[in-house]
Amino acid sequence: MSELGQKIKDVIDNEPVALFMKGTPQFIMCGNSDRALRALREAGAPVTAVNILADPAIRQELQEVSGWPTIPQVFVKGELVGGADITQELAESGELATLLEQRLGADYRASAEERVVDVLAPAQR
Amino acid sequence: MAVDRLESLLKDAFPDAEELSVEDRTGGGDHFQVTLAAPSLNGLSLLDQHRRVNAALAAPLSDGTIHELRIKTRGTT
Repeated sequence: MSELGQKIKDVIDNEPVALFMKGTPQFIMCGNSDRALRALREAGAPVTAVNILADPAIRQELQEVSGWPTIPQVFVKGELVGGADITQELAESGELATLLEQRLGADYRASAEERVVDVLAPAQR
Repeated sequence: MAVDRLESLLKDAFPDAEELSVEDRTGGGDHFQVTLAAPSLNGLSLLDQHRRVNAALAAPLSDGTIHELRIKTRGTT
């Protein structure tokens, strides 16, 4: 796997909630990324966002890692939850909060801050 | 028409579909809403149901035909 692929995998595996989106939470570039982010915010999720528009290679590598063809993609504790439609459906039915509680612990809302990770940045030593 | 191509791919993948529609959301021929209900989706998680749709549409997803895809699926039980 490429270095970029490994970094993407690290984000998926290590972040409680990873959102691969077009743009950033501060500057959303796509309606579907917006829907997924809103659903996660409503559920109080601690979102770590990756802007896939920063480099076309990110999307390619992500698709190889996840096997999912479209953006956005939401992962909780390393597992794919789905794209915008699934995330929104789960949020509306209340299942998203249940899933977050099960995987992150009942007090997951306490750490609900958003951050952005740059997978193109050189590895930190 | 892209809608016809998508519909035919989905019909082939889900011959048992009780409800199947492909809507061109913007009229531009590249933003689509797929709605599908089929017995073969029974018992599958939402994630796996969407995976089945994505697999059926792998070609138009990778050749740029589909710029945006919205999926609404359900089993029939």
